[in-house]
Amino acid sequence: MKKILSIYCLIILIASCSNKNTSNESNNNFQKIVVVTPNDTTFGVTTTMANIKGGKYVPLYGRDSQLVTINSFSMDVLPVSNANYLAFVNTNRRWRKSKIKKIFSDDNYLYHWKNDTSIGNEMNPNSAITNVSWYAAKAYCECQGKRLPTIDEWEYVAMANQEMADARKIKSYNQYILDWYEKPKTSINPIGETFKNYWGVYDLHGLVWEWTSDFSSILLTGESRNDVKTDKNLFCGSGSLNATDLMNYAAFMRYAFRGSLKANYSIQNLGFRCVKDSVITNQNEK
Amino acid sequence: MNKRTILSMLKMATFISLSSAMITSCNSAGNSNQKIDASKIKVEGTMEAELTAPPLVPKPVGKRAAMKLTVNMEIIEKEGVMADGVKYIYWTFGGSVPGSFIRTRVGDEVEFHLKNHPNNKLPHNIDLHAVTGPGGGAASSFVAPGHEVVFSFKVLNQGLFVYHCATAPVGMHIANGMYGLILVEPEGGLPLVDKEYYVMQGDFYTKGANGEKGLQSFDMGKAIKEEPDYVVFNGKVGSLTGDNAITAKVGETVRLFVGNGGPNLVSSFHVIGEIFDNVNIEGGSLVNHDVQTTLIPAGGSSIVDFKCEVPGTFIIVDHSIFRTFNKGSLGMLKVSGDENKTLYSGKQTDEVYHPEGGTIQNMPADENAVKLSKPTTLAERIEDGKSIYNRTCFACHQPTGEGLPNTFPPLAKSDFLNANTTSAIEFILKGKSGEIVVNGKKYNSVMTAQVLTDDEISNVLTFVYSSWGNSKKVVSPEMVAAVRKTIK
Repeated sequence: MKKILSIYCLIILIASCSNKNTSNESNNNFQKIVVVTPNDTTFGVTTTMANIKGGKYVPLYGRDSQLVTINSFSMDVLPVSNANYLAFVNTNRRWRKSKIKKIFSDDNYLYHWKNDTSIGNEMNPNSAITNVSWYAAKAYCECQGKRLPTIDEWEYVAMANQEMADARKIKSYNQYILDWYEKPKTSINPIGETFKNYWGVYDLHGLVWEWTSDFSSILLTGESRNDVKTDKNLFCGSGSLNATDLMNYAAFMRYAFRGSLKANYSIQNLGFRCVKDSVITNQNEK
Repeated sequence: MNKRTILSMLKMATFISLSSAMITSCNSAGNSNQKIDASKIKVEGTMEAELTAPPLVPKPVGKRAAMKLTVNMEIIEKEGVMADGVKYIYWTFGGSVPGSFIRTRVGDEVEFHLKNHPNNKLPHNIDLHAVTGPGGGAASSFVAPGHEVVFSFKVLNQGLFVYHCATAPVGMHIANGMYGLILVEPEGGLPLVDKEYYVMQGDFYTKGANGEKGLQSFDMGKAIKEEPDYVVFNGKVGSLTGDNAITAKVGETVRLFVGNGGPNLVSSFHVIGEIFDNVNIEGGSLVNHDVQTTLIPAGGSSIVDFKCEVPGTFIIVDHSIFRTFNKGSLGMLKVSGDENKTLYSGKQTDEVYHPEGGTIQNMPADENAVKLSKPTTLAERIEDGKSIYNRTCFACHQPTGEGLPNTFPPLAKSDFLNANTTSAIEFILKGKSGEIVVNGKKYNSVMTAQVLTDDEISNVLTFVYSSWGNSKKVVSPEMVAAVRKTIK
């Protein structure tokens, strides 16, 4: 029922976005966005994207721990900032703080902002946008001709450190993530100040959590000791932890966090970034 | 009005007949357990539960009827102090470690509001061992940051129960301080006592070793190996010592609600110099008497009470004793009032003891033989002093003289020590208890008198003065003898 509802909402959103675009900008412009350009300017925001070369990897949990194939795609180098999001709501009034429909977010939506069109003096325009629901994040990306990453895509890029595409076995990489989990109030830090990873992407670890399109596909019930029934891998993962499996334990907390979410939640430590399929990929790689 | 009274009388009558029926049926089954069915207890009225941070507990339930009780618990992830100069990010129920104490009675219906502060990074939940239901509430209380969940339960069993977070990775949430106690009193309450306190043990695993300064992060490797750097009462070293010590007066009865959050270790709970008159074993309704040390499992509890007969400082320990002297599980109960010399005399005499009989070997007969083995040069004396130190002093003052924060004062670079040799000698001869300020920090602990000869005392002090940045004073046996005369 929930799924049907969200698909239904999605259709409305897409429709409304394209309406918006056609009314505000020329049809030509909209065409351009669909044909994927590195930068698009739907609401005047230019974002740099990094090309992520596809590949196969074993995610830590979920999907029966089988090898997952990731197609090449591009990912925003930085999380969406307060300033970016302000440009979005300036053009798209229905996503303003006071205008958002109740079903699309809980009461925390843009809670830290001063009002509809101002983020307030205390907030850094260059901090990551947080307190946005999944619906809002999704709408933002779609109006840019992009989408939210899947869990697998996000985790694929996030397993890189500065030098390697898969640093999950490196102790310092894991320690960095774990230290962040215990560091309070990192969400007010400016974007782009953590490390630049192998792909040229910043802030996947150390700043804020990020929405993924399929965040709710992992079933953590909250009574995690009982999750044997719902998702074997998640539980066995935690059960088989030993000192060398720090990586599982770092990722486990990410999955636990995602498991606590609902699509209408807006959370202080939760932001997002967008991705886009690469059209040219396959020819280039083969 | 009439109708109401009649109604309530009718209710009472049915209640009484029901319960008596139960009692008889129980008796006929050969069981003396007179428990009434708690699930049938009616609640009267609503109240917000009083929550307290350790070492305090809310006021007793007394004779009150079962009620609908609202509990508002906020989860806060925050930086705190583990020991002097050592910081740690605690995850807390209600802002303290252990979390807020909840006090209920059998039959209460608890409406639990669990709030996860928006600044928190992680989702949490709560598993209350007092709850009969899946996960002890954990299944219904998973809450994202910036959200509040509500669930309700009826407390059916009396006892002292642990609650804790059960979100993955469960061990880490507990190791960071997410545990506390919920008390379920029987109808009519526990017997009243003069003082009640809340003490909960926990083990902590830090990246740096014990005492390493700065913000320490959680170390999963050590947690899995069960090798804690800190084992403490109420979340930190020194939470119950010095000015934070719990207090009572002579003649008062003290009850301690003791829990053990773990995550790993089992506690051998003991109060030095007291015998527990009553112990609710494992926090349940079985009462044992005259107990010295009670075992508290991880995720378990115990209720102990005892009458304070004599004044003094009573040290609360985990009798797995290295935890106490090296990892922090040390608390203090200070009892004030008049001494009772019949019950406890204090030290009456202190004489040299020779197993073969004091008269013959009062003094070494052969001066030369002694001199052969007796250290004479400064280097030899320091060497001898070092071995005495390592036998006698290091357990409290630590191998490198740094002492233990808030508990045992340092000897290294000690302003107190360097200021005055006489009082140093005096402490060794007489022992010392009560407040003392060393390097600007207050200590309030107990050092026992050491039975050492003048030579031994002079050597050990010379060693201490020659080490760890101290003044390099040389203490002679004559100086010790002189002080000894003044105190006899």
